[in-house]
Amino acid sequence: MKLSTYVLKRLFYSVFVLLGLSILIFTISRVVPGDPARLSLGPLAPQWAVDQLREKLHLNDPLPVQYFIWLTNALQGDLGESLVSKRSVMKDFLTFFPATLELVIFSIVISTVLSIILGALAGRRANSLFDNLVRVFSYIGIAVPNFVWAVIALFAFGYVWKVLPVMGQLSVGLSRPPVVTGAMSLDSLLAGRVDVFINHLSHMILPSLCMSIDRLAQDAKILRAGIVENLRKDYITAAVSYGIPERRIMMRYLLKPSLIPLVSIMGMEIAASMGGSFIIETIFNWPGFGRYSMWAMLNKDLNAVVASVMLMGLFFALFNIVVDVIVAYLDPRIRVMERAT
Amino acid sequence: MRNPVWRRLSEDQQESLKKNWHKFSTNPLSIIGLSSVVLVIFFAVFAPWIAPSPQSWGRWVDFSHASLPPSWKYPFGTDIFGRDILSRIMYGFRYDLLMALCILGMVVFPGTFLGLVAGYYKETWIDTVIMRIADIFLAIPSLVLALSICALLEPSLFNSMMAVSVLWWPWYTRLAYGITSSLRNEYFVQAAELMGASPISIMFKEILPNCLSPIFTKMTLDVGWVILIGSTLSFVGLGAQEPMPALGNMVAKGSRYMPDYWWMAIFPALAIAFTILGFNLLGDGIRDMLAVEEI
Repeated sequence: MKLSTYVLKRLFYSVFVLLGLSILIFTISRVVPGDPARLSLGPLAPQWAVDQLREKLHLNDPLPVQYFIWLTNALQGDLGESLVSKRSVMKDFLTFFPATLELVIFSIVISTVLSIILGALAGRRANSLFDNLVRVFSYIGIAVPNFVWAVIALFAFGYVWKVLPVMGQLSVGLSRPPVVTGAMSLDSLLAGRVDVFINHLSHMILPSLCMSIDRLAQDAKILRAGIVENLRKDYITAAVSYGIPERRIMMRYLLKPSLIPLVSIMGMEIAASMGGSFIIETIFNWPGFGRYSMWAMLNKDLNAVVASVMLMGLFFALFNIVVDVIVAYLDPRIRVMERAT
Repeated sequence: MRNPVWRRLSEDQQESLKKNWHKFSTNPLSIIGLSSVVLVIFFAVFAPWIAPSPQSWGRWVDFSHASLPPSWKYPFGTDIFGRDILSRIMYGFRYDLLMALCILGMVVFPGTFLGLVAGYYKETWIDTVIMRIADIFLAIPSLVLALSICALLEPSLFNSMMAVSVLWWPWYTRLAYGITSSLRNEYFVQAAELMGASPISIMFKEILPNCLSPIFTKMTLDVGWVILIGSTLSFVGLGAQEPMPALGNMVAKGSRYMPDYWWMAIFPALAIAFTILGFNLLGDGIRDMLAVEEI
């Protein structure tokens, strides 16, 4: 099967899965006790106003009709109005999402680089002191929830050792650059404000580390295992006996095949860090989509909750397709057809 | 040898148990995992008897002992209501373990059963329906789905358990499906079919026994994950509610008083990490011992 056919097939399949997800979450959001119109207007609103809003939100129609109306609007990019802020959810999403994307990408870069360094060094010197330290770190990194790291980071850097900023996107006293893309790192560069850019990057370090420390630990562990396994292969022995320098063997023959399993779970992990951004953005007060969704959830803003779930699902699907294509490209042995199941 | 249960086992069974135990016990990490899990279970079960101040469990105040730092009398300090944090952590283990047990109990049987059915009827419409529905629940990070379902329902310990159960069964379905579909055409299954065994009896008597050790291993590993998700839910306020001493909740409440009263957040946080780490190490040990490759 050609790669393009495969991608089309995956896209088609994702559409089906997303439809299923939308039915699931929409039904849950409509059958739970509590009248969304009453929730939106508050307990003091007169009954006629509630009735009017019910009519406007199509709450009096049967559930399938409601779902159909919602789906038609969603396909046109209209995910409804937030019940709390009365703003369009799609508009809010476009406002807040660049900040989340920027944070997630930054955290992916940091954790990937660190995990490759840790994993490669630990695998190369298996059973050394460094290897054991990395192993202990990976067990702890996987076991400790993100929010615990965040609380510890707030304590350590907010009060004890104030070298890194812990709250928000910019230090007090710096003015925001004009909004062009919504991601402040890009905006500040576009406006030519290097001081803002550096300050902003320093604000990203702690949240992105807390968000991805489990990923970092997991990846280092997988990479180490891959390198230890590949070191036993015949082609490495052959390369060593030819007298190829160790550094070259490492970079060329060892690292590349050992990275493949890591790339193949990357899609899942990136999506999981997007999920982690819900908690981390709330704790670090990062004005992104995660904090917005968390706020919607705590306020029982049905439309916004359904919309955030669907948008997360969309990103998850896209990430996984992209990652599958990258893996197929990296490893010719993997038959794209076999991965389709 | 020593006790009647042991004597009732056949020679082979005794031999394989001994071998497994040897394999498990030579790995120090597995032993650390096992001991911490035993310790957590011990605290959870006997909390009312061994907790230094059992009344700290619920709505109870003692302002004369409020916000005390760790000392001999209160090893982990007290919270702003004067409740002993050590005792609350012991009760917290109770709720977290209870949550993990309830969720896995609700999830393992239906999940495995669906996987058996789908794998047995591989490549028919039954397979398609079951596995595609399972895919829907895996289409989004589990934390996000759990958070949203909890938010839509009223936040409580029970609802957070329901939410996590709803999204956890597909993992067991997938596991059982993978094993079943690979065993589907083995000779022992075909022989049973030829002898006229019913699909149900083939699924349960022939195939299920082969799924047991991977499923058992996955359950041990999952206790850690369920506790992780559960404590995250209670941390953001969508899980167990005050005054119930859930560990995530205690970290959230404690972190408000963070710089000065650090012990209120740090000790519950360490307790969560300790529990999850214990179950992960134990699960890894069991996986190596049973040589399970599927997970």
